[in-house]
Amino acid sequence: MNVELTEEQRLLQSTSRQFLDETLSLDALRHRSANDAALTRDFWIRAAALGWTSMFVPDDLDDPLSDSPVRDLAIVAEEAGRSLESGSLLECNVVAYALVNGGSREVKTQLLPGLSNGSITASWAFAEGVDGWSKSDVRSSATVDGDEYVLNGQKSTVVAATSADYFLVTAFVGDDLAQFLVPRDAQGVTITRLDALDLSRDFGDVSFHDVRVAKSFRVGAPGESADNAVERQWLLAITLQCAQMGGMLDRVFNLTVDYAQDRYAFGRPIASYQALKHRFADHKVWLEAALGLSTGLTEAFANGDPGVTELACVVKAHVGDRSVEIISDCAQIFGGISMTWEHDLHLYLRRATVDRVLYGSPTQLRERLCELVGL
Amino acid sequence: MTSVNVEEADVEDLESFNARARAWAVENLPVAVDNVQARADAEDHVKQVAKARRTQRLIFDGGFAGLRYPKEYGGQGLTREHQLAWREVTSDRDIGCLSHLKVTHGIMGPTLLDFGTEEQKQRHIPAMLRGDELWVQFLSEPNAGSDLASLLTRAQREGDVYILNGSKIWSTFAHVSDYALVLSRTNLDVPKHSGLSMLILPIRSKGVTLRTIQLATGSAEFCEEFFDDVFIPVSDIVGQENDGWSVVMRLFFHERNMVGGNSLNDQDAAGVGESAVSTEEQLLALARSVGNSKDSHTRQLIGEALVLDRLADYTIQRVNALMKSGAMPGPGASIVKLMRSLSKYRFKEIALEVGGAHVVLSGPDDEVGGHGHRWLVARIGTIAGGSSEMQRNAISERVLGLPRDHSPDTQLPFRDVLAQRQR
Repeated sequence: MNVELTEEQRLLQSTSRQFLDETLSLDALRHRSANDAALTRDFWIRAAALGWTSMFVPDDLDDPLSDSPVRDLAIVAEEAGRSLESGSLLECNVVAYALVNGGSREVKTQLLPGLSNGSITASWAFAEGVDGWSKSDVRSSATVDGDEYVLNGQKSTVVAATSADYFLVTAFVGDDLAQFLVPRDAQGVTITRLDALDLSRDFGDVSFHDVRVAKSFRVGAPGESADNAVERQWLLAITLQCAQMGGMLDRVFNLTVDYAQDRYAFGRPIASYQALKHRFADHKVWLEAALGLSTGLTEAFANGDPGVTELACVVKAHVGDRSVEIISDCAQIFGGISMTWEHDLHLYLRRATVDRVLYGSPTQLRERLCELVGL
Repeated sequence: MTSVNVEEADVEDLESFNARARAWAVENLPVAVDNVQARADAEDHVKQVAKARRTQRLIFDGGFAGLRYPKEYGGQGLTREHQLAWREVTSDRDIGCLSHLKVTHGIMGPTLLDFGTEEQKQRHIPAMLRGDELWVQFLSEPNAGSDLASLLTRAQREGDVYILNGSKIWSTFAHVSDYALVLSRTNLDVPKHSGLSMLILPIRSKGVTLRTIQLATGSAEFCEEFFDDVFIPVSDIVGQENDGWSVVMRLFFHERNMVGGNSLNDQDAAGVGESAVSTEEQLLALARSVGNSKDSHTRQLIGEALVLDRLADYTIQRVNALMKSGAMPGPGASIVKLMRSLSKYRFKEIALEVGGAHVVLSGPDDEVGGHGHRWLVARIGTIAGGSSEMQRNAISERVLGLPRDHSPDTQLPFRDVLAQRQR
């Protein structure tokens, strides 16, 4: 496992951090206004210029931009997590990954350049029902009608539902799992915005009622199940999500350690009290475990290791629960100030709480782990 | 400090080493059989150690002992990569008994390489690698555990000898070992860390009384020792007189490395008598045998245990890499120690809950009873080798840089510290 970054990766890390520090302010999350869609779009075009959405995308049918796209993206994702990036780094890349691997020539030509330069954004409409993050939860379906498919179904918990230009929709065609690209403004698409605890992203339920999709907008060959493609997309989503959460957790932990050193009570820094020191030590253990796991998962996904699904369950179960637990305890250490609107801590706690369940909760993944080991 | 740097040109390439090691192992070492060892008594330890010595001698004669030890002391002068290859080659061989040598080869040998005189190294290191000498550490005392530097055992110098008086406790497998490094006080008139010395003690010396301690499970692997006017030649001091604290700090460094699987010990530090079947398999088998493997609460608990079991390697790799590059200070090893002991404790706690009545009220031939016994002494992992509280102190103070706790006794002559206690 390569824990140390290469020279190039270090550069990617520092330019990403610098860009995020200069362009994103957490304060903006607190004061969202009517024009924030435009601001988000502007941010996203600048982020795309750094290569954030083109890691998987071949340059004029040559090699992809990055020769280790997953590792590079995980580095960007960690930085994005630290800054509560409000675009949809994860979702745009999952869709780009799906298109590069299964899209028709037509759909690639039409969408990949836009996804790469940030002028088009996309998200993955996968989950169904309450917390249905498994392929077996998919009920949406499409039937062939002439040159088109007709898509019907109800998707839940779609990230960037009110802003993404396209949805990658996972649905059945007969017995085969399939995927379709659907423009957000297509006839028959209805979006219901969700009241999200997370202020950094928007979420919605999306319903598809007799939505007509051109055959070329099916991602993956007709008559072929998208089972493996969907599994790989899910693994990529978990990989990037855990990298983001690791970055977030690391940031909050370090902010809290710094605060405890500066804050005095009874004549000494509160960081000198053993009750707090021991809690910091415990948190440090599980934080390092989270970051180690995240690196391990990134490599396992990149190498196509056979055990990667089990590992993804392990990593998300750990990172999901520990993030909320540790950030919540950091709020306790900050004290009253952390409960105020003006303090940043609740912004992290909000996002961690949503990320914990997004793409599969620790509870679901522990269950899946039991199934995978044959229990 | 340990001289393990090897010129690459002199070193056998990995491929040829691998082939040679595999051929030798297949011919000379029997295939591992899974034997779940329940409560081992002292007699079993004698048999285990005898087997360990025989196996080690075989490996030594085969030219595979002390892979990372220098050649001039009987080692092979090879690298970490050769060590990992050897572990892989021998992973299906019956060598569980060799964990009796992990302290000797992983901690004591390396400490002696760092601080021993040339004469001490020539006399003892090859003997350790042959399996002729088993070494243990005599550090803790009944009244000095976490606060080791406040120990009371005295080594009074009289001409050419030290005269040792006092007692030690929690020495593991001392009853089947040959030598100890004993930390003792040689000067009462300086602060507690500054008056200690490390001495080589043949365990069966005149004046040493040794007793095994029966643990709560009935097993006896820990010992206590009493010293009444034991004579130790001054030439058997390791390091400088009154600088024993430096030696013991280095000893702890090697111990942490061993726990992290990165010591000079040829084998990884697996527990003695632990089954070759992974603890994960045991837990799954337990759930199936008590019939609650479909219960969702049980499955959540087992999922939690699997997560804890599997995160260990990734954490260790990360922390070791950060320490190696200097991005994290050496006490980062305490992160590994705390992670492992908390995880293992919780794992056994989960087994207790999954097993319910079956593991605490088992029939005579009921194998699941082992889970109850393992739980009963699961705390050993969070106490031995530096309690979890000490690891938390190290992580918070020496990794995170938080303020140290105030200690009223570090600057006072130790004689005054004792006088204050008696008041």
